[in-house]
Amino acid sequence: MSTVDKKPLLEMRGLRIEGFSDEKWHQIVKDVDITLYRGEVLGLIGESGAGKSTIGIAAMGYAKPGCRINGGSIMFDGLDLVKASEEEKRKLRGSRIAYVAQSAAASFNPAHKLIDQFAETVIEHKVGTKEEAYADAKELYAKIRMPNPNQIGFRYPHQVSGGQLQRAMTAMALSCRPDLLIFDEPTTALDVTTQIEVLVTMRDIVEQYNCAAIYITHDLAVVAQMADKIKVLRYGETVEDADTRTMLSSPTQEYTKSLWAVRSFKKQEVAPPPEDVPLIKVENVTAAYGTMTVLYDIDFEIHRGHTVAVVGESGSGKSTAARVITGLLPPKQGDVYYDGVKYPRDYRKRNKEQLRQAQMIYQMADTAVNPRQKIRDIVGRPLTFYLGLQGAEKEQRLHELMDMIEMDPNVFLDRLPGELSGGQKQRICIARALAANPTFIICDEVTSALDQLVAEGILKLLDRLQQELNLAYMFITHDLATVSAIADEVIVMLKGRIVEQGPKDDIFSPPHHEYTDLLLSSVPEMDPDWMDNVLAERKTKEGVEAAGN
Amino acid sequence: MTEPTKPTSTIESADAMPPPPRDESKASIAWRELKKAPFTAQFGILIIITYITVAVFAPVLAPYGESEIVGTEYDVWSNQFPLGTDNLGRDMMTRLIYGARNTVGIALITTLLAFFLGGTLGIMAAVLGGWYDQLTSRAVDVLMAIPGLIFAMLLLTIFGTSIPSLIIIIGVLDSTRVFRIARAVSLNVVVMDYIESAKLRGEKVTWIALREVLPNIMPPLVAEFGLRFCFVFLTISALSFLGLGLQPPTADWGSMVRDNATLITYGDITPLLPAAAIALLTIGVNFVVDWFLHKTSGIKDEY
Repeated sequence: MSTVDKKPLLEMRGLRIEGFSDEKWHQIVKDVDITLYRGEVLGLIGESGAGKSTIGIAAMGYAKPGCRINGGSIMFDGLDLVKASEEEKRKLRGSRIAYVAQSAAASFNPAHKLIDQFAETVIEHKVGTKEEAYADAKELYAKIRMPNPNQIGFRYPHQVSGGQLQRAMTAMALSCRPDLLIFDEPTTALDVTTQIEVLVTMRDIVEQYNCAAIYITHDLAVVAQMADKIKVLRYGETVEDADTRTMLSSPTQEYTKSLWAVRSFKKQEVAPPPEDVPLIKVENVTAAYGTMTVLYDIDFEIHRGHTVAVVGESGSGKSTAARVITGLLPPKQGDVYYDGVKYPRDYRKRNKEQLRQAQMIYQMADTAVNPRQKIRDIVGRPLTFYLGLQGAEKEQRLHELMDMIEMDPNVFLDRLPGELSGGQKQRICIARALAANPTFIICDEVTSALDQLVAEGILKLLDRLQQELNLAYMFITHDLATVSAIADEVIVMLKGRIVEQGPKDDIFSPPHHEYTDLLLSSVPEMDPDWMDNVLAERKTKEGVEAAGN
Repeated sequence: MTEPTKPTSTIESADAMPPPPRDESKASIAWRELKKAPFTAQFGILIIITYITVAVFAPVLAPYGESEIVGTEYDVWSNQFPLGTDNLGRDMMTRLIYGARNTVGIALITTLLAFFLGGTLGIMAAVLGGWYDQLTSRAVDVLMAIPGLIFAMLLLTIFGTSIPSLIIIIGVLDSTRVFRIARAVSLNVVVMDYIESAKLRGEKVTWIALREVLPNIMPPLVAEFGLRFCFVFLTISALSFLGLGLQPPTADWGSMVRDNATLITYGDITPLLPAAAIALLTIGVNFVVDWFLHKTSGIKDEY
């Protein structure tokens, strides 16, 4: 697209934003420049704390509570948003600049119908009447391929799926035909199979309405599909600017290269499981929450020193399977065997030794450690509780554990969790699990809340610990990149049933089960043409099937 | 449009950054916070400290004995009796000083009892859930359905107006409100993964309640303690005023107001002094609680 002769729609020059914390102002965005033309999508990427969202919101002339813009200019179609009055900015927001947030579920008012929330902005900005807005909503819903476009708007937010809600939100952002769209991690909370549909919708919209968009994400593969050009941010500063293809093929900065290289980690091949007694055996398990059955007749085994990855969409029952193994959710039918011994179904009936065997690491390290306990107490409690260690013995073991997770015991043992970063907290959770001397660890989405570089560090640590201690892992994840990095065997789950299981290479190479195929083909790759190829492929497949029938 | 980018020197993940050192003791942090506190909070703390000092050193500070009759009835303010005497000829100032000890002391013990009872049951209800939660919550509902002061008066008439029964009755009745708040804040904590982790470790309920839940609900409980103390204090004073609280000859602000109420008719403000003492402490405690709630709830002033 030729952009040379046009005026930029959005132009930020030397933007500086500062935030107030710990009694003083900190510079959180430092001299960032952005030039955006109509029809263009700019990808903003970086780790958490890089200032991506702050810049995204600043494009509306707004700063989060506790932040203020303290330098630079934001020219939007000839108006400087830094100097503009609140009234002028309010007129722009929603009508000419629209924002799509990460969590659609949290952004919709649960008490109103989707279509009424759509119409609200239209009426508020006096763009049209309620009837016009309704008609327009139905047309947009059809355009973004929502099922039943004429009726779906009359549902409440909780009556549609997460992917549909995210698309409804995109439609809502479009209600006044804005010139600039800001997408802030719009697909992060979605499953891969849903994500691709939402991405297609968003890209089509930018093309059809010739608007401009800023796409904020930490997922490089997603940004590769969406953006025309990419800006890499770190600590509020621009690291690198380039158009997507150049950026992907030949990044110039070290930091960008390190981001690109993240997904290169792969664990070493291990020998296939021997034919002896498996460490964990789940046999014919059916489980339910109240009257709602969530697991149907599940069977699988986990062997010593092996990692079994359980993948599937949210609601597929993968976390429930873990709850059955730990005994938190006693199954209705079937049993769990540890090392050939049948364990009581309810964890309260298991003895200390049985509880010690299996440990858990959680997705949100923030809520998995007690914020009022020091690291020494968090990691030390299993030592005292299970192994009866006290005094110098306990202290020595604490130091060993801290060394294992590559954190300095002298610095960290007397800290509170609030003083640690997300990755450090996750390491503490690992240390707490290891303190029990377990044989088996359940990792429930342990890396999905972390930045990619930090997540890679955690995966490497888990892999090293597995080799040293011959641990078995059950790795619950929806991220297939993580699966290919760390798994030995894979279990694919769908709606409470196992659709396919076996060694990783078998699962990842054709022929697949239909659903595995959909899942695998939906994982974005770092190739800018990936999405077009997938869509073309799916279309031909449908064509062939239709012809076959 | 490609601006020259600033070189980023080394690649370090956020993981590698050590947290800033902590070298301050808790006392010095508390002192710094106190100096930064708003005027109202400092004023409140000053009042509380004064009351505590007076209560502790009552025998030293008071010019006469607590129930010693030293002059004629309703004597005026003079050098001998700085605030005059009461309806029986006891020194008013002495009675006021001892009143701090009696009223505040009993209110404090009662509040502690209410918190021990309500706090324990409330946290347990949140941790255990199920039938235990149902049972205790419904029992509390029943107790709360009866108007507090009338219920307290009824029970006092049944069990007699001794200090222990006063403490137990008001303590139990007030523990219902503590139960509610303790249960509500604990419910937010028991859904955390670290509680699940402790359960899976095989920890006993007492450990989970005391070590995992309690430290996380302390701020709202401490604030509630201040407020509940005020209410208990007012309830005791009200009961004393009605003749069902502390019994003579124990000096008590509530009954002092009643005993000397007739003086008001003659334009003498002396009976208002014990009432003012009650009001001042209540206001002081509220100021401190407000400040504390403001600090712990994370509400920050807009700049």
